[in-house]
Amino acid sequence: MMDIPGLGTAFVLQVKRDLQLAFRHVGQLANPLMFFIMVTTLFPLALNPMPRLLEAIAPGVLWVAALLASLLAAEGLFRQDVDDGTMEQLALSPQPLALMLLAKTIAHWLITGLPLVIMSPVVGYALFLPRDAVPTTMIALALATPILNLVGGSMAALTVGLRRGGGLLSLLILPIVMPVLIFGARATDMAMTGVDPAGALYLLAALLLLAVSLTPFAMAAAMRISLD
Amino acid sequence: MWTWIHKLGSPPHFYRIATRLTPWFGWAALLLIVAGIYGGLYVAPTDYQQLDGFRIIYVHVPSASLSLFIYVNMALAAAVGLVWRIKLAHAIAAACAPIGASFTFLALATGSIWAKPMWGTWWVWDARLTSELVLLFLYFGYMALRAAIDDENRADRASALLAIIGVINVPIIKYSVDWWNTLHQPATLSKLGKPSMDPDMLIWLLMMLAGFMCFFAAVVLTRARAEVLLRARDQRWVRQALEGR
Repeated sequence: MMDIPGLGTAFVLQVKRDLQLAFRHVGQLANPLMFFIMVTTLFPLALNPMPRLLEAIAPGVLWVAALLASLLAAEGLFRQDVDDGTMEQLALSPQPLALMLLAKTIAHWLITGLPLVIMSPVVGYALFLPRDAVPTTMIALALATPILNLVGGSMAALTVGLRRGGGLLSLLILPIVMPVLIFGARATDMAMTGVDPAGALYLLAALLLLAVSLTPFAMAAAMRISLD
Repeated sequence: MWTWIHKLGSPPHFYRIATRLTPWFGWAALLLIVAGIYGGLYVAPTDYQQLDGFRIIYVHVPSASLSLFIYVNMALAAAVGLVWRIKLAHAIAAACAPIGASFTFLALATGSIWAKPMWGTWWVWDARLTSELVLLFLYFGYMALRAAIDDENRADRASALLAIIGVINVPIIKYSVDWWNTLHQPATLSKLGKPSMDPDMLIWLLMMLAGFMCFFAAVVLTRARAEVLLRARDQRWVRQALEGR
């Protein structure tokens, strides 16, 4: 009988494969990041470039833009693998599908989520976000973007077989991730006003743990339904 | 016991039972709601602070409780359908969604009609209003997903999974929104032991709640019957059931 790679090996290989594939299409790689920056640029243009106004809306703009960017990215998370049959092979493989999908989502986060976290100080600076709030915002985004990707992944797995998935996907994801937006924007807001944001960050961390432990199974179940 | 449950899971049997039960629930709903409306609007004493304006709670509170109750029901039915692969349970979950969405909408509408004279505005970003609105979005998502999938079996299972994910999220959303903001008055019916309402007012509210429950039961059974008929449209028992009338 053929040697089956262990869970850890398979997991790492899956992450590597997805990263490699992503780096072959560098153009697409930057899309969510570009979207994030563009959306935040629209607000000063549409409103008024007054520093005080921008500072007041900065947490909201930053967080809504991050949410929308992750929404945009969720669409393509599994589509290619389902279209070319890779996903069927993953589903048939001896490794649990939940674990493989978690690996794919982690790779997806490294490509689309992490750049948002790294770019957030720049965007925050452009929106006159006070410097004290920047570290908190980065930590909160680092906790929140994986949740967004995980929830987005579950919903993407549910809708991957559908031709008109786009608008539907946002209708499915947005209500579910609303708590993330609330806690995240509030963490930034608290740090801006000098209140200790630890509470909001702990709540985000708790949500992240919940998402990491539950969504892989939801993703796997959804994917099996979609592959039927 | 178990054979009874298994029998209930078979569509023809369910159809017969539901047909027999529906009028009972329907009449009970009519009686309770008429009595509750009369009691709530004429008999119950006037509130010392909100005067007669408070009387809208006789519609608002039952619809708000049902909006959540139906969502949980829907998720339970969906889970039963997903785990034990009972098609009937999926039919019931599908029947629940539009009713639940309607009650959620009714709760929001009556709430804002009440808010206009009381708070001076149709809408405030208050915690409970907002979570009710999110609940409405959850219903819409469920119905949109179901409508987007053509294959019935896949639509059943995908939307069941969504309902389960949603029901896990409902408390989180509720809590987060509460944490975010609150200026709503404390819940009227939350303290079961010692209600904050006068018993003369409460009795009619409970009557309305029971009436709304019966109404829900009657409507969901009717919708589920239609759903069962639609799904079994090419089977012989359907023709027999329909010709036998």
